[in-house]
Parts: sequence; structure tokens; C-alpha cells
Amino acid sequence: MAWTRDQLAARAAKELRDGFYVNLGIGIPTLVANHIPEGVKVTLQSENGMLGMGPYPFEDEIDPDLINAGKQTISELPHSSYFSSSDSFAMIRGGHINLSILGAMEVSQNGDLANWMVPGKMVKGMGGAMDLVAGVRRCVVVMDHCSKDGRSKVLKKCELPLTGVRVVDLIITDLGVFEVDKVGNAPLRLIELADGISVEEIAAKTQADFVVDLK
Amino acid sequence: MSKIYPNAAAALAGLPQDGMTIMSGGFGLCGIPENLIVALRDSGAKNLTVISNNAGVDGFGLGLLLESKQTKKMISSYVGENKEFERQFLSGELELEFNPQGTLAERIRAGGAGIPGFYTKTGVGTLVADGKEHKDFDGVTYVLETALQADISLVKAWKADEEGNLIYRKTARNFNPMMATAGKITIVEVEEIVACGELDADNIHTPGIYVDRIVCGSFEKRIENRTIRAKEMA
Repeated sequence: MAWTRDQLAARAAKELRDGFYVNLGIGIPTLVANHIPEGVKVTLQSENGMLGMGPYPFEDEIDPDLINAGKQTISELPHSSYFSSSDSFAMIRGGHINLSILGAMEVSQNGDLANWMVPGKMVKGMGGAMDLVAGVRRCVVVMDHCSKDGRSKVLKKCELPLTGVRVVDLIITDLGVFEVDKVGNAPLRLIELADGISVEEIAAKTQADFVVDLK
Repeated sequence: MSKIYPNAAAALAGLPQDGMTIMSGGFGLCGIPENLIVALRDSGAKNLTVISNNAGVDGFGLGLLLESKQTKKMISSYVGENKEFERQFLSGELELEFNPQGTLAERIRAGGAGIPGFYTKTGVGTLVADGKEHKDFDGVTYVLETALQADISLVKAWKADEEGNLIYRKTARNFNPMMATAGKITIVEVEEIVACGELDADNIHTPGIYVDRIVCGSFEKRIENRTIRAKEMA
């Protein structure tokens, strides 16, 4: 069985370390906040200008001046801080954020990421994704292994316009987990399989070159 | 000379002209100068270039300037919330320049700080770096991005004193502080104007030197995505 959205988020949460400052993208990455391991304290950054993002508010706490980057109402925590967009991206671009977890349309075996634009469709914009992947210390991608029409999204080379070049460190798909050599030209390393998924199934559904190094 | 104006229309009076570049603060609908946007629409100024992280929604915020066809071009990082925007863009009526959000913020900051350009890693190897100067520092490639300035900056803050010293509230700060510095004329709408001395001088977010005109407004503060959690039963 391929991993569900929640299982994907739980697997991504294993990348969190005590003391990390983390930015979570929209979609499945947002669910990672529900799976923070016990004893691990992480501070969530929201690129619209907040550190220490809290959970969704209770109905009587809703504050239109307090939203996350997905424009959802959120709450603050005792250690929260607020700052401007330029300060927010200074901490992103300046390498102060330990980890970014974000979604992808395509990823390549050298760590190129495409997640903002499909030519011929209305483009909504890259938001902060290009800044995040260029600036954070470690970048984890969470995605479906194949598109709805069954084509591999883990590629030798991305076909869609890129968000960043050689930026992805780890790929978590609904079928397994790959480490990326974003500096050299080594193939991907398949280090984990989702429950009940075989290496053969991954091989059949992966266009990128990979070696098997299960842990 | 007082910086305080009785309403948004008075605060804008005599300033908007066709073809101007306008900055408008806010992230989504959070921290937008909603009254000044209405006053800008009512001014009738056309062919505007609007610099704002987003483009409002249909019928509210910067969506109003799209409906009235006063916006010629938008410079934004994300515009996904607006059907009229999509229609005008796909029909070629509206120009659009996407900037990565951090690059947009820094271009505006640079514009207010007298810095004509800066190098950033963001976007290297992507469409946004096409045709721009590149330079290596310590073996890493960066792209040159240039500063942005505006004829008029429209800003939303929480409180101002009579001097125009500003305090923002929570995530409604976002792009407002940089835009306040990058406008030839900066107009601010706030929820409360207080006497000088009532704001803690150590906690001013935007010093009054950047602020030309102030207006106190009332705000709808529309919420885009109302997300809540349930209270657990005892």
C-alpha cells in the first residue's frame, strides 16, 4: 500500500530535529505539524512574517491580523515573534532556517525542483518557494510518486520550469524515500520503501536513475 | 504642518495620475490598506502599475482596481485568488511580472534604502533569472535584482502617532514597512491615531520620516481562509 497523505506527513516529520526552525509548505507539508515527535521542539516559520506559529485558533480567538502563508487563520504561542517580509526572507535567504518541507510537481535526480508553473495553464506565481529552496539549509520534498495519468514525477531531468537548481536533499513519495546527491552526479539512493511496496514497483514507476540502499 | 487627513479620499486628493506606480501593502487580504484602495479607485487614475504581493480577491482589495480596469500591470509573487485577474491576464489586457516573494520584499527594501540593486541566489537557473546579470561569489552564482520604488505607497498600520510613527500588528505587518520607505509619497491608514508620546519610542516599527499622510479608517478585515480547531469536550 502506498503511503496516505497522513503517512507521508508522518514520515516527513521524522526529518525534524530538536531545536530546528522549520518552514512548512502548503498542502501535505502543513500536516507535518500534526506529527512532531515527542521530545522534539521545533519552531515553525511562516514566511509572511512570524516565528512560533501556533495551531488553528478556537473560534472565539480568530484574528484577521494573524494568518499563515496559506492565508489560514492561526494562533500565536508564548515564544512567537512577528517581523516584516524583508526580515522574514532575510532569515530564509541567509540560511537561518534549518529545514523546509514542500510539495513538488517534478523533481530530478540531481535535486532540481519544479513546483510552480505548468506552461499553457494560468500561473498563480511562485510565492516564496524559490527563496525557500535557495536559502534554507535542508530541503525535503513530499509528493506523489506519479502524476494522475501514471507518469513518473521523479525524473532524470525536470520538464517543467524550475523553482530551483540542485536544491532538494531528500525526496519522500507515497512509494518510498530517496536521498539526493545535489552536489555531484550520483544516482538517487532508495533508502526506504512504503509498506508493501517492492523495489520492482518503484523501478517500474521511476524514470530517474537510482541505486537501492535500504536502511 | 499636520500629516493627518479626515478621510481616505482627502488623503489621496491631488496625488493619483494616470500611469503612476503604486505600492500597496498586505499579504493576501491581511494588512491591506482597504480604504485607500477604494479612494484610489474613486480617483479614476488609469494605466497604473501596482506592486503588491497579491492582487486581492474579486470585489475586495486590489480586485477593485482590476474590475475598474485601472491596473495596467501587476508586480506580485502570487495571484491565485482572483477570477477577474485570470480573465484579464489570459485575454492580454493585464501585464504581469512575477517576482519571488523574498526578492520582491528585498527589491522594495532596497528602493527605500538607496540601494539600486543586489545579488541573490533566489531564482538562479530559473525563468526569473533569464536575461539578468549573474556573478559568482566564493564559487556560488547569484543574480542581480534591481530596486523598486513607487510614486505613491499605500500602507496599513495598526497605530500612528501625530508624527506618523507607526506600529503594525501581528502578521498584518508583512510588506507594509518596506513599502512605507519606498514611496515618493507614502500614505498610511491606521485603526487609531494617538498623541505623540503615547507610543513607546523604543518600539516604533516605521519612523515618521517615511510617512507623509495619515488617515484613520474603519476596516472590514476580510478573512480568506477561516480555519479553526474544535474545543475538546471536558
